[in-house]
Amino acid sequence: MESVLCLRGAVAVLGRFPALAGADLDVVRSEIVLVSGPNGAGKSTLLRLCAGLAMLAAGEGTVLGFDLRRQRPQVRRRVGYLGHGNGLYGELSAEENVAFWARCAGAPRADVAATLDRLEVAARWRPLATAHLSAGQRRRTALACLVVRRPELWLLDEPHTGLDAPARDLLEGLIQEAVVGGATVLIASHELDRTAALATREVRLVGGTVRPAATPVPVPETSSERDHVA
Amino acid sequence: MWRDALLVAGKDLRIEARSKVAVNQIAPFSLVVLLLFAFALDPDRGFLQQATPGLFWIAVLLSSLVVVQRSFALEAADAGRDALRLTGLDPAGVFLGKAAASFVVLALLEVGLGLGVRVMYGTALTGWPVLLVAALAATAGLAAAGTIYGALSAGLHVRETLLPLLFLPVVAPVMIGGTRAFAAALDGSPSEGWRWCGLLVTFAVAYLALGMLLFETLLEDS
Repeated sequence: MESVLCLRGAVAVLGRFPALAGADLDVVRSEIVLVSGPNGAGKSTLLRLCAGLAMLAAGEGTVLGFDLRRQRPQVRRRVGYLGHGNGLYGELSAEENVAFWARCAGAPRADVAATLDRLEVAARWRPLATAHLSAGQRRRTALACLVVRRPELWLLDEPHTGLDAPARDLLEGLIQEAVVGGATVLIASHELDRTAALATREVRLVGGTVRPAATPVPVPETSSERDHVA
Repeated sequence: MWRDALLVAGKDLRIEARSKVAVNQIAPFSLVVLLLFAFALDPDRGFLQQATPGLFWIAVLLSSLVVVQRSFALEAADAGRDALRLTGLDPAGVFLGKAAASFVVLALLEVGLGLGVRVMYGTALTGWPVLLVAALAATAGLAAAGTIYGALSAGLHVRETLLPLLFLPVVAPVMIGGTRAFAAALDGSPSEGWRWCGLLVTFAVAYLALGMLLFETLLEDS
């Protein structure tokens, strides 16, 4: 199994507080890993570290073969991160936001409309400034921005926030499609019922360290294992 | 890098066109500054005409502060700073793009301020070659330095108060060079003005180079 994420004694600090205090974690391609834990356990920091946004203060870490200390820009180009914020420009429309991300990633122009269709973003609110959209619509647009980049590693921090039931089903369908396509997913969520059913494995963060919460479930064979080019 | 710069500049200018903050807020602010100078200094137009170069560039400097704050406020909302880092764009390209967008907005403001001093102070604008080169070089310097210090202060909770403290002393050479170049142009002695244009071009080139080198560190650490 190809390693996507490997942390050894990873420490990440917020100010002077060690939000991650020696975390060890291995994730292989096409896993869906649920990261659970109480508030303040370090779930968001773990995802930000894996996205190359938080600094690795001590320990070792690689994501998609890139060192988290020296190669964070390379990591960022290959991961999709959905945090508590949506990362949208409020004055731009949903379509323009997705188009900006698509151009940043070098994705074809046609992918913008296709992704908005896949996210079931209604045509009538695609031209509206995202500042005028509802929380759920903005979250869908943020997901479209992530999907259009075709990231190899999805890092989702409470992705269900603001989504209605059909959108939650849609999100789970997207995650499963991405995994079949060769992506790997880490989800931090308090929606344990939904996410545990989707995940192939659960790890629990307690006090900034990772503890296994369940026996790993075998990962199904995916197209990426046949097609992946290192 | 150039593609990334165009992408970022296009995005910032599109946002500006939608929000109209420059037209509805910053341009009126600049004109109010000119008007206040007129009230404060002398209703006699003779003195205002003599002081036009300095008053013009003080108004530009104060406006540039607002333009830079606005440029980084776009990235501060809704986790935009994280998003900008996740785009994977070349940091030098991001710097050039944001500086280019600020340059365009500032240049348009300067056109408005030029009309303002013509109408409010009755100053006849002469020596156009020197005026244009000085304005373009000074604006490039302000945009480049503003983008560096905007990024430096953007990640801090005290950014609104810290930015003027960092930015205004650094751009003092732009105010001096711009004022002297404009004064020379308006006095009909362009050769003196070209010397000051040289200083402005040097400042702009230095800050553009510095920004391209440092912006990755600024985005990471501030």
